[in-house]
Amino acid sequence: MAQITRSPKVYDVCIIGSGASGGTAAKILTEGGLSVVMLEAGPPLNPEKDFKEHVWPYQLPHRGLGVAGKAAENFGEFLAPDGAWEIDGEPYTVAAGSRFRWFRSRIVGGRTNHWGRIALRFAPVDFKSRSTDGMGDDWPIAYEDVAPYYDKVESYIGVFGTKENVSSAPDGVFLSPPKPRCTETIIKKACDKIGVICIPSRLAVITQAHNGRAACHYCGQCGRGCISASNFSSSQVMIPSAEQTDRFTLLTGAMAREIVLGKSGKAEAVSYIDKATRTEKKVYAKAFVVGASACESARLLLNSKSTQFADGLANSSGVIGRYLTDSVGSSGGGVFPQLTKMPPHNHDGVGGMHMYMPWWKFDRKNEFLRGYHIEFGGGRTLPGAGEFHAVCEYNEGYGSSLKKKCKDVYGTYIGYAGRGEMIPNEHSYCEIDPNTVDEWGIPVLRFHWQWSDNEIKMARDMQQTFRQITEAAGGTYVTNTATDGPNAYGIEDGGVIIHELGVVRMGNNPKTSALNSFCQAHDVKNVFVMDAASFVSNPDKNPTLTIMALTWRASEYLLDEAKKGNL
Amino acid sequence: MSRGISRRSILKSLGMGVAASSVLRVIPLQAAEHAHHMVAAEKAASPVKAYAPKYFSAHQYKTLQKLCQTIFPADSDSGGAIEAGAPEFIDLLTSESNEYQQVLGGGIMWLDNTCIDRYDKVYLDCSPEQQKEILDKIAYRKNAVTDVSLSQGVEFFSFLRKITADGFFTSEIGIKYLGYIGSAFLTEFPGCPPVPEA
Repeated sequence: MAQITRSPKVYDVCIIGSGASGGTAAKILTEGGLSVVMLEAGPPLNPEKDFKEHVWPYQLPHRGLGVAGKAAENFGEFLAPDGAWEIDGEPYTVAAGSRFRWFRSRIVGGRTNHWGRIALRFAPVDFKSRSTDGMGDDWPIAYEDVAPYYDKVESYIGVFGTKENVSSAPDGVFLSPPKPRCTETIIKKACDKIGVICIPSRLAVITQAHNGRAACHYCGQCGRGCISASNFSSSQVMIPSAEQTDRFTLLTGAMAREIVLGKSGKAEAVSYIDKATRTEKKVYAKAFVVGASACESARLLLNSKSTQFADGLANSSGVIGRYLTDSVGSSGGGVFPQLTKMPPHNHDGVGGMHMYMPWWKFDRKNEFLRGYHIEFGGGRTLPGAGEFHAVCEYNEGYGSSLKKKCKDVYGTYIGYAGRGEMIPNEHSYCEIDPNTVDEWGIPVLRFHWQWSDNEIKMARDMQQTFRQITEAAGGTYVTNTATDGPNAYGIEDGGVIIHELGVVRMGNNPKTSALNSFCQAHDVKNVFVMDAASFVSNPDKNPTLTIMALTWRASEYLLDEAKKGNL
Repeated sequence: MSRGISRRSILKSLGMGVAASSVLRVIPLQAAEHAHHMVAAEKAASPVKAYAPKYFSAHQYKTLQKLCQTIFPADSDSGGAIEAGAPEFIDLLTSESNEYQQVLGGGIMWLDNTCIDRYDKVYLDCSPEQQKEILDKIAYRKNAVTDVSLSQGVEFFSFLRKITADGFFTSEIGIKYLGYIGSAFLTEFPGCPPVPEA
């Protein structure tokens, strides 16, 4: 029998999750004077030991593919720990007829250890969807409410970029961007020709020493984790500043199971599984910040049932789990004759794109609502397993001639990835699977997913644009996509872009939303959900920067409420 | 164009960064180099000896080596798949994966069986002309269209070609052959040399 162990201490705040929102909340709340305990389901992170930065593929016996080649499905063996599409013992299920994948992380810092560092502000129009085109819902806040917090986050973490005055992509507080790579020079020229806006990207990578962190050294390996913390991760940038305050306690291997409602109608504790001992424990606090990643946050609330909240904590509206969206993703690529003539040179740069295309057709009538941006990359990157499979399949044969063909093709490919806005629909949601628990005894999520016609049209437009840009540059577009079926025009399955969010949405009306505009539960005032679960819409901007800005804002509000004695 | 910087200057610039530091636990840049050297040292610590295959029999492993080296041979430009360590890498993965065992283990047996049927000898004992003849058949998908009996061989060879490419192009000699320059420590990204017209 597992024993329930009562922790004697009552913390001011218990934070569940250590990623973008958990880390930011920890920093603001501890610096504001509160005592904080953080629960992280995974182990601690040790960058010196865990990161594979600057390791060559031939220095690993599996050359990046991992044991039995399994790491290939999870972005390779070089990826910073610990993120995966499947976690042993912690399944999720997908309803019949739906296709959905869920990338999760179990480690201090969560998915900020792996993210693409793309740090884009939402635009004013992104907060006012319904007022603009009649679909979806407006946020209860406007750009002006968030802008000061975008400033604070960018100033603290360091984001490079340039002032461009593009209405779909508001400017921020920027460090200077790195010079373009050859691939980017070529694409920029083509975009200028056909009227697509192509500007320096905005990435949370520091191009100069910043707040005690060393400048980027341009090895192009951000995804492996950066030992000098020159890119942003919660584990290396947010959590250390909380630790400096001596008001911060981090519990690792602590899988939250339930937020326990006290007799007063407020939450009083979190029951969690201590994975090392497989026992259930409780930690007490005066307020709770849920930042477990959008769907994990929804799962925790849905699993926190009581007589007062039979359908899950703070879920009197019934919206928790609904309004699930991901970015619309479609990719393609081409080969470029200019690149075959390039002499060998260092093409690494930062671990991500130096330029990108923000949404540029915002002032015209399109076949679909909302917009997308385009990310792109390629060229003479560090060779990896899988890189020459297509060349081998296309040319077949063997011998020196095949070897030479691989060499000739190397560095000549540029790939595009469109990232667009999905409009929430009633067929896309998550719920507790009544039949399945994980190895900790916690009921798991079941996903339902469907794209609507708007997203399919958007993916088609992406494919057309990729081809136009490629051809304008004198290249050959090599991607062929189906025109129907579940992946029409290359649209990825739900969840694959790893921008899944919206499942504990904020709003002014407690009947149609779970949180107020400060991420505070309408039903239970001392519970806050600060991750992307709170989002009302999922614009064509990668969510992480906005998660941090909203968390910063909500945490200041929480501090204020705590001072007033309202929690 | 790439401007590698010395270890000394890394430490110097890093020292300046750290002096400005107040709150954060900054992990020094030289730790990156340390990790790099650690892995290299671990590799060097194991005594150099002939690789003992974990999955393939001695005969099958020799066949694998021969096939890998035929796919990516040593020539005047670079070493081949054997020098790149591809057979070791393939054997290691095969020892861990049922899928690889089925495709590659089964594939090598298919090749020997087919050679016995055609030439009365296993692949390694065949003449260079016979080896070329059978490989030329299974190296192209179109051959399986006219002769369905080749299709298992074609699937096997296609898989082997891809995994051999993985082994070759992730090796030190493969990376050098491609002309990749990077994974370095630069103080500034130099940008793009002049791009020739399309």
